Amino acid sequence: MTVAVTSHDRARQEEKRPGLAQTNATRFVWLLLAIAVLLCVILASIAVGSKDIALGTVFEALFAYNDSDDHAIILALRVPRTLMGLTVGAALGVAGALIQALTRNPLADPGVLGVNAGAAFFVVLAVGLLGITAIQGYIWFAFLGAIVTTVVVYLVGSAGRNGATPVRLTLAGVAIGAVLGGVSAGIALLNPATFDRMRQWNAGSLVAPGYETLWSVLPFILLGLAIAIAMARRLNAVALGDDLAAALGANMRRTRGFVVLAVTLLAGGATAAAGPIGFVGLMVPHVARWIAGPDQRWILAFTIVLSPVLLLTADVVGRLVMRPGELQVGIVTAFVGAPVLILLARRRKVSGL
Amino acid sequence: MSNLGLPAGIDFGRPIRSLRWFGGRVSLRFDIKTATICLTLLAIALVVALVTLASGDYQVPLPDVVRALLGQGEGRIHMVVVEWRLPRTALALLLGAALGMGGAIFQSLTRNPLGSPDIIGFDAGAFTGALIVITLLHGSYYAIAGGALFGGLVTALVVYALAYNRGVQGFRLIIVGIGVSAMLTALNTWILLRAKLEVAMAAAIWGAGTLNGLDLDRLFPAMIILAVLMPLAMLMSRPMGQLELGDDAARALGVNAERTRLALLVLGVALTATVTATAGPIGFVALSAPQLARRLTGTASVAILPAAAMGALLLAVADFVAQRAFAPTQIPVGIVTVSLGGIYFVWLLLREARRQ
Repeated sequence: MTVAVTSHDRARQEEKRPGLAQTNATRFVWLLLAIAVLLCVILASIAVGSKDIALGTVFEALFAYNDSDDHAIILALRVPRTLMGLTVGAALGVAGALIQALTRNPLADPGVLGVNAGAAFFVVLAVGLLGITAIQGYIWFAFLGAIVTTVVVYLVGSAGRNGATPVRLTLAGVAIGAVLGGVSAGIALLNPATFDRMRQWNAGSLVAPGYETLWSVLPFILLGLAIAIAMARRLNAVALGDDLAAALGANMRRTRGFVVLAVTLLAGGATAAAGPIGFVGLMVPHVARWIAGPDQRWILAFTIVLSPVLLLTADVVGRLVMRPGELQVGIVTAFVGAPVLILLARRRKVSGL
Repeated sequence: MSNLGLPAGIDFGRPIRSLRWFGGRVSLRFDIKTATICLTLLAIALVVALVTLASGDYQVPLPDVVRALLGQGEGRIHMVVVEWRLPRTALALLLGAALGMGGAIFQSLTRNPLGSPDIIGFDAGAFTGALIVITLLHGSYYAIAGGALFGGLVTALVVYALAYNRGVQGFRLIIVGIGVSAMLTALNTWILLRAKLEVAMAAAIWGAGTLNGLDLDRLFPAMIILAVLMPLAMLMSRPMGQLELGDDAARALGVNAERTRLALLVLGVALTATVTATAGPIGFVALSAPQLARRLTGTASVAILPAAAMGALLLAVADFVAQRAFAPTQIPVGIVTVSLGGIYFVWLLLREARRQ
């Protein structure tokens, strides 16, 4: 069945962007496919590393544990790291999807909006000025910093009658991020020990000993995910514009408040646990939209599955490229993500969703 | 004669005077308000510089500073003020002026208050170049300067080329700049992580933009280059204003639009690159000085001289803060400028919001 598609038709298709999957049934099949990919990536993340472990041993360690070295490595290092990737990935992706839907800006990303700079600023305060060196100690500072910065950026970006326009939010994020980054660098450079810790934190990594870090942030991330899922239908109304959404009976002020709360919990929790990891929240919602079309409920579902795929793949790639050393996952995502951002910016209509 | 049928006391606009020499073959046209503001800014900058020269671990009374500068100070004070402190403070004024000029040129060319070399990735690229020289090649001061120049110029070119899609739009340029900068920042983070702690710290201080440890030897190359570039930039100031009217109007006024634009672009990059090579990437001065100066002079567009005066003042103040804020530890001056500049930016956003 070959149909000649004229350029006019193609332009109309571009406008509507229905997504690869046209019906809910095909979307469901795609989602199952994505979950299958995720399972493969999880297995790879457990098996691959500076010491490769056979898949058979991986299953054995998970279901019939004995005290061998391989099993110890898997349960003490690889499994927590993979779980961390799952949690942090889903949180970053959904935070990105929410903030893109809320600002109606396809280029929005929690990192571009200053969340990372805020978290880093509070961590440097904790490490440099209060002398807190345990990860468990400064996790809460990272969280607080992310919350405070998101709120401030949103307030500055949405001041004025026109509200939070995409450009203004981005500018506010860049400006506030620059101030916080400058002060953080200043404090870090005062003391070699602080500097050393900050240069490691800044790279962004899923490596954390044991499960403690994960348990600390998991409740917040789960709460954020729950709010996000509850808000998914309202976000569809947001996409129509404030006036139309209000006419349809959506309380915009409350929706916005809840969405910002969810973004803060998700991005703050993820950054607190793993350090600044950029671009996951930017890229995955685009892929999700590309597959599922504009319905936020499906976008969120795909984002939750695909974000850990991206993050865990980046993590595995980071372990492979410099063996036996490792490239931090935040560095890998920046190298994959920045070209995508540039491609998006080169396309003609960037600011309209 | 005095009354041409117009009511007395009408405002004909800004008072402008021209000076003519050699029967009008050489003439200088200047706006009195702008000239007054430039001189005032420079005077304040000089006062700040004097205070900076006077303060430090070894306090020198202001009259003694002036005496030392005039060559009449006693031995020890002369050494502290003229030999130790003067190069750095002079460099702050000079580099500040160069950054202001470079920023004014970029903003005029792009007709965008955000047009500045640090937005389009020049600084991140310069840092990458310098980092490679510092950590891998263990190069000297001049090798670092060369690496920074190379890295910065290549990055600026790449960003410009990537943002070019039937012309360059301001917004796209900024987003592409953010993307390329993010990649380079990741690369920089990784290089810093692999380096030894002391090397990494030294490199990070360079990357923040610092005047620490600049002595006479390092002052001279920058001085000579800027002594050529700055008068050229001032000469270009009129055609730059005419170019802002649009290419056609500029041509009607006798400006060769393409050649002027290219000359301005080269000058703007050269001014900024000289500063970066000398002291590392000092952010936000180039961005904010032209805009602040424009608000003071009340002109419609950015101008080179007021921007230079404002830049000198900003960097002089920032240098004073950098030296004294955490004394005896000296923080890199770039950290102060980035913080102050970001606050200015937020203020600008809020003010614009209120005006809508």
